Amino acid sequence: MKYLLKGGMVVDPLSKRVDKLDILMDDGEITAVEHQIDASGCEVFTLDGCYVFPGFVDLHCHLREPGEELKETILTGTRAAAKGGFSAVACMGNTKPPADSSSVISFIKDKAQEASFPVYPVGCATKKRAGEEPSEIGDLVEAGAVALSDDGDSIMNGEVLRRVMEYAQMFNIPVISHCEDMNLTGAGVMHEGLNSTLLGLEGIPSAAEDVQVARDIVVAELTGAHLHIAHVSTARAVDLIREAKRRGIQVTAEVTPHHLCLTDDAVKDFDTNVKVKPPLRTRDDVDALYKGLKDGTIDAIATDHAPHRRDEKEVEFNFAPFGISGLETAVPLVWEYLVESKIIGVVELAQKMAYNPAQILGLPERVIKVGTEANLTVIDPGMKLPVRVDEFVSLGKNSPFHDWVLRGWPVMTVAAGEIKFSRSE
Amino acid sequence: MKFKQKDILGLEGLSPEEINLILDTAEPMKEIMTRDIKKVPTLRGHSVVTLFYEPSTRTRTSFELAAKYLGADTSSVSVAASSVQKGESLRDTARTLEAMAADVIIIRHCAAGAPHQLARWVSARVINAGDGAHEHPTQALLDMYTIRNKKGGFKGLKVAILGDISHSRVARSNIWGLTKMGAQVRVVGPATLMPPEIDRLGVEVYHHWEEGLRDVDVINVLRIQLERQKKGLFPSIREYTQLYGLDQKKLQVAKPDVLVLHPGPVNRGIEISPEVQDGPHAAINEQVTNGVAVRMALLYLLMGRGEQDEVPA
Repeated sequence: MKYLLKGGMVVDPLSKRVDKLDILMDDGEITAVEHQIDASGCEVFTLDGCYVFPGFVDLHCHLREPGEELKETILTGTRAAAKGGFSAVACMGNTKPPADSSSVISFIKDKAQEASFPVYPVGCATKKRAGEEPSEIGDLVEAGAVALSDDGDSIMNGEVLRRVMEYAQMFNIPVISHCEDMNLTGAGVMHEGLNSTLLGLEGIPSAAEDVQVARDIVVAELTGAHLHIAHVSTARAVDLIREAKRRGIQVTAEVTPHHLCLTDDAVKDFDTNVKVKPPLRTRDDVDALYKGLKDGTIDAIATDHAPHRRDEKEVEFNFAPFGISGLETAVPLVWEYLVESKIIGVVELAQKMAYNPAQILGLPERVIKVGTEANLTVIDPGMKLPVRVDEFVSLGKNSPFHDWVLRGWPVMTVAAGEIKFSRSE
Repeated sequence: MKFKQKDILGLEGLSPEEINLILDTAEPMKEIMTRDIKKVPTLRGHSVVTLFYEPSTRTRTSFELAAKYLGADTSSVSVAASSVQKGESLRDTARTLEAMAADVIIIRHCAAGAPHQLARWVSARVINAGDGAHEHPTQALLDMYTIRNKKGGFKGLKVAILGDISHSRVARSNIWGLTKMGAQVRVVGPATLMPPEIDRLGVEVYHHWEEGLRDVDVINVLRIQLERQKKGLFPSIREYTQLYGLDQKKLQVAKPDVLVLHPGPVNRGIEISPEVQDGPHAAINEQVTNGVAVRMALLYLLMGRGEQDEVPA
């Protein structure tokens, strides 16, 4: 089957060019990218006014399967990803059982195959995510793990982290670190500051993140491993990463849309949908994240999609689980808050959401090029719609963005050569 | 003046005029309490439910008597703290009470914000009887009523709140209420029990009693929860009592007519010495009486009775 994507503005993260081009896809491969391509024999998609990006890659999401299929399954999560404009996802290993064995990694790969969507599992860095002994990293990589992480739990023991990094380095995969000193976090449920004082909620100080980012960077320098820092949320962490990069340490970093669009002011009416880790921080932190995105300190935007059941979130703030369902709002949030407000341009967007995440995970280069498998994300900047959680494909309706009116929705997603999503008006 | 609040969730959301109205309304309520027959029919036919997720004798009894003196029917629901997370959810309890047509729900909960969530889920009026370390509006109102009675007003009054500010809903509600009414509020306690950026609420922060209690008109002593010591928030009970326990010596630096308050129940000899607790400056028992009057006033105003001119006969 031949498809012609006609008249879109094609964004190239490498040459940094944006050109109005037609794209021809034949049997899942890009066979031509030219100014005018003859439409005969093709199904045509007219993309006037839309931007065409290399397929976005979410390098941090939770698909919950195996074990918590009432929150999300690999099928529902990947459909949400496609609808959200992602052509591939990396899913975290805090499943039940955790992805600390090749059998769980294989199970995830099998389910992804059934769902017919590219899923790259992240294996657990330590056995049972307990932070005590490295998992069978070689076996995990063999089964298809593309990175290692005990996401949600920091490896508190520096010695264990060191051995994980040294070992991971042999397989050329990154160690993704959820940076949080659990002792400094204590029983905290939101950012520590004026708002936690006003609300009488236990605070999580920025220091809980900062000290762990600093330690992980130092251990990365010691081992020479590739450290990827998940969901950066503090100004100090951005500074630490910037300095580490300047020193030539192999460190990359991601930020989530919710940390870019919300501050801890959002906690004021005790909406459990804003309860997330790391917690929503202050305006100064958000400004530092913007700066980090602009100057390249922060390489990627990732969703940290964390779906939960409605009844789990419909409880007292202290008792609610942490996390935001983010796959279906990431693109319009980033478009509205970063692109429309000129914090980043479309080329940077292609870098932060397609090219860089693929590089970090060691996937094939995300560029739109003849002779490569088609992976595309099409965004309509003119489309302005309210977020409706009841229309989410994800089982997780836990979003603080319900009713937010946003521009720049994904209208078409091509993943591994197949059209996985196409919005019909 | 008409009282427009649907719920009483905290003093953060009340205006000085509303606070004055509540305190003024408490005056005739206190009179009712002195009658031989302490019952008026004002709230007859209305149902008041106390929903307590934390054990409390005085606050619950105070609310129940307040409702009964006004003629309302009361019933109480207790939920053991241990079953909060495994028992029926607050959401479902809210649905149940709504279905039973409760008019007023008085809730105490260990989790900050629970009353605010409940208020969103029910059409009944909700009164916060203490939520985590967030607010305890009726305690602050009865403290303020006691202060006003003893000191005649709030303008320029120096009020010290002494103890564990971090974990205290009493402190937060008092800070909101007193600063709104023009008092100068200071918080006195160890750095480990002082919440971050508390000074941005317009209070002065002191760690030493010599400065913190100097020339104050009122000292509100907070109950220290002994388990905080185990979490390393202060080194020992002994040292806490030495540095922050209110005794005769520390009282000397305050104004000669200083008023001493304590929300109770008291850890005798720890945060306050027996001599001070039972001495002439303390108004701890009076606070309890005033608590009933203030809660009667709130129920009365919330049920829309404030629009009728006369106070219950």
